[in-house]
Amino acid sequence: MTQTMLETDPLVIDGIPLGSRLIMGTGGAPSLDGLGAALLASGTELTTVAMRRYSAPAAGSTGGTNLFDLLLENNIRVLPNTAGCFTAREALMTAELGREALETDWVKLEVIADEHTLLPDAVELVEATEALVARGFKVFAYTNDDPVLALRLEQLGAAAVMPLGAPIGTGLGILNPHNIELIVSRASVPVILDAGIGTASDAALAMELGCDAVLLASAVTRAQDPVAMAQAFRHAVIGGRLAAQAGRIPRRTHALASSAMEGRPDL
Amino acid sequence: MSCTAPDPLAAHDLSTDVAVIGGGIIGLGIALEAQRAGHRVTLIDPAPGTGATFAAAGMLAPVSELHYQEENLLPLTLASAALWPGFIRALADDGYPETGFRFTPTLALGADAADRTALADLREAQTSQGLDVAQLTIREARKREPLLSPNLGAAHLIAHDHQVDPRAVAASIEARLIAAAGAEGRGEDQTVVRARVTALLHEDPADTRSRICGVLLDDGRSVHAREVVIANGLGAAGLGALPEGLVLPLRPVHGDILRLRVPEHLRPLCTATLRGVVRGLPVYVVPRNDGTVVIGASSREDCSAGVNAGAVHQLLRDAQVLLPAVAELELIETTARARPGTPDNAPLLGRVAASDGTGIPGLIIATGFFRHGVLLAPMAARITTQLLAGVCDPAWDRFRPDRFSPALQPQEIP
Ligand SMILES: Cc1cc2nc3c(=O)[nH]c(=O)nc-3n(C[C@H](O)[C@H](O)[C@H](O)COP(=O)(O)OP(=O)(O)OC[C@H]3O[C@@H](n4cnc5c(N)ncnc54)[C@H](O)[C@@H]3O)c2cc1C
Repeated sequence: MTQTMLETDPLVIDGIPLGSRLIMGTGGAPSLDGLGAALLASGTELTTVAMRRYSAPAAGSTGGTNLFDLLLENNIRVLPNTAGCFTAREALMTAELGREALETDWVKLEVIADEHTLLPDAVELVEATEALVARGFKVFAYTNDDPVLALRLEQLGAAAVMPLGAPIGTGLGILNPHNIELIVSRASVPVILDAGIGTASDAALAMELGCDAVLLASAVTRAQDPVAMAQAFRHAVIGGRLAAQAGRIPRRTHALASSAMEGRPDL
Repeated sequence: MSCTAPDPLAAHDLSTDVAVIGGGIIGLGIALEAQRAGHRVTLIDPAPGTGATFAAAGMLAPVSELHYQEENLLPLTLASAALWPGFIRALADDGYPETGFRFTPTLALGADAADRTALADLREAQTSQGLDVAQLTIREARKREPLLSPNLGAAHLIAHDHQVDPRAVAASIEARLIAAAGAEGRGEDQTVVRARVTALLHEDPADTRSRICGVLLDDGRSVHAREVVIANGLGAAGLGALPEGLVLPLRPVHGDILRLRVPEHLRPLCTATLRGVVRGLPVYVVPRNDGTVVIGASSREDCSAGVNAGAVHQLLRDAQVLLPAVAELELIETTARARPGTPDNAPLLGRVAASDGTGIPGLIIATGFFRHGVLLAPMAARITTQLLAGVCDPAWDRFRPDRFSPALQPQEIP
């Protein structure tokens, strides 16, 4: 499946084709082996890592196995993120740390307003996006499900916009599908639904609404059986994508038999 | 350097039956059991008891520590919990430091509705493994622990998860090792060697999979031994001349932990170990005999050895959700140490495959105890002493230290 998706329907970001439209986070995994198995089961080709929580392998480090070795071994790209930053300045410094350690210009920009909601701080986000773009970063901007702000971030040069379905870690699903649809309809960069996903149907819905990809972490890493849940998401994202492209039937108030009036002469 | 012909000029070299590298709770426990089994033991550590063991809260918690997908560890953790009372009995006499072992139960507490659901789901997994977890009302929980906040969402009683003071145990074992060896005429400097091991010594110096016959120290001396036990936690992977092909995938998982003194008028702050899930984040409060409590612990993989301010804040904040009176305590210590983590969260314990498929003679590995090193110390000691006696229990094969070493797996015949 992955192979054909890569050939026929890749997700292209910054000129790089990705065969899977499921982007995984790494937070909350109970063990490194468990995380590795879940990432493999998810089929993901891009995984985001919090630069504040994991330090990249020190040059010439010996022995140990860490998260970055695991991603490297499995050919999964790393998308460093700025989780835990509250100001544009911190986000900038953290992004630079990620660029230096991981040798990538990609960064998932997260600037959080407060610990209670973990919602993005729109003002700091705009400022940080502007500054990071100026420094040559490819910014994946984690944003509120606000169509105005999402478009503004794109205009500031974001490589992708990542509206939230619901606050981080809540598993509440997509609380405002209409806004997500609106964001998608006006975007000319990839739209990646990020945060709030609880279970497979939430991811399928995101894809049906027209999102280009889905990013999730806790829904898999904190599930009782992360590998099974990762597989569920892999299928859900493919299913949602195909459904979005297949052209759904209109919603009707009254029933319409699927094979009506058999044997009727066709006049 | 070879085993059979120790350099006659090296007058300061030592000779022993069992050399244990590392004096954390694991190495100390192994040394003690090996000595009891009649071996002459030399423990080598520049600073015993200052590694992860120095930080550990000392919860002996096979039930409340059960994680999804980690059921494989349960036979080992349960067996070790069962050994603790006997292990302590052998340590408790007059003249030796107190060990802080207590049969206190554990209360698992949840703050909000989602925490309650998470604990209820976990309880189902625990009881399906035959473990004893009883649901309490908040009122019942507060009857036992009156200082608990009334604003809690769930309470479960885990009667068999107890606790010990790891620093006290380490000090007690070290004193006893020295005393027991002294009674047989061996000096302290032969029993606890305060030096760092730099490399293993092999019978055939050109073959790192040949018999191990001792270790080299950073002061230039050698310790010649019939058996070497590698029990130096995270330092194990950095030893020189490890068997070729052996991969010890250890990584540091740092934890911040606090010690606080309870003012007289608030004692006891609590009598059970309290383990909370507060809005999805874990925190625990462990009461000690001396009127202090331990609050822990964070889990970080940022390779930063110092105490993290955000972690201290979060621990105090969440502990206050369980016990508002935490705000009144005196903060006397903040400590950070690294747990020796492995990819599957299970220890690296046993012998290493030699080229002929048997174990490399003279070598036992006991590291990677991650979150459970204190709990697992008695079992690590028992399994190691059995191996020293030539007994290998297949029940523990899944913890073999060479399981992450592709080059050492039995070759399949095509
Ligand atoms: C915050 C925190 C809380 C914890 N709470 C608990 C708990 O409640 N219950 C529980 O069961 N576990 C707990 N743990 C885990 C537990 O502390 C560890 O699993 C355990 O201490 C590991 O013991 P060890 O002897 O293998 O390693 P360590 O205690 O780290 O000892 C290793 C020793 O090896 C020595 N050494 C290193 N290199 C060399 C060398 N080359 N030569 C000679 N010596 C060397 C070091 O000096 C050190 O003394 C906790 C850990 C942390 C960090």
